[in-house]
Amino acid sequence: MGFELIVDRWLHVLAGIAWIGLLYYFNFVQGPALAKAKADGTAAGITTHVAPRALLWFRWAAVATWVTGAVYLMRAPQLSFADAFMLKGASATIGMGAWLGTIMLFNVWVLIWPNQKKVLGLVKAEDAVKAKAARVAFLASRTNTMLSIPMVFFMVAGPHGLPS
Amino acid sequence: MKNPLDSITGTLISGLVLTVILYLFVRQFLLG
Repeated sequence: MGFELIVDRWLHVLAGIAWIGLLYYFNFVQGPALAKAKADGTAAGITTHVAPRALLWFRWAAVATWVTGAVYLMRAPQLSFADAFMLKGASATIGMGAWLGTIMLFNVWVLIWPNQKKVLGLVKAEDAVKAKAARVAFLASRTNTMLSIPMVFFMVAGPHGLPS
Repeated sequence: MKNPLDSITGTLISGLVLTVILYLFVRQFLLG
């Protein structure tokens, strides 16, 4: 295996840690903390200074994870990008992880980020629109947390095997 | 019926159930 492919795989794992780590931060830490902060009037610190920065790293880490993963599927001699996404042959197991990751990337850029911009006031929106945007972003984020569980299972099972 | 994704526990259980379903699917239909 070439040096550049090893670096690509390394970057894929690092970017994946950043992406899923921030996803878990949003779901397990920031969301519950924000509910309490709103109650005592201290939410502005989170929504102004923390959330936009976390979302910046989150959405671009998602892109970096997908791109480095796609490059790996295209270049690794034992795998095939097309076979992975058609769930064929030796690429079928990691392909399941790739599909889940791709759905999660879609959720980040199409459902979470555009709606979070409305929620955080980065784009103007009326209160009713903000409330609906918050619900969509929340459910998309929770969906990604749910999908991350089988996604990691299949990503790891690709090279290391499924339980028999 | 409540949406399981509204709670962290429901989200984690849903993810585990989905993992089992997809694992059985992959073993049964893709790896044969």
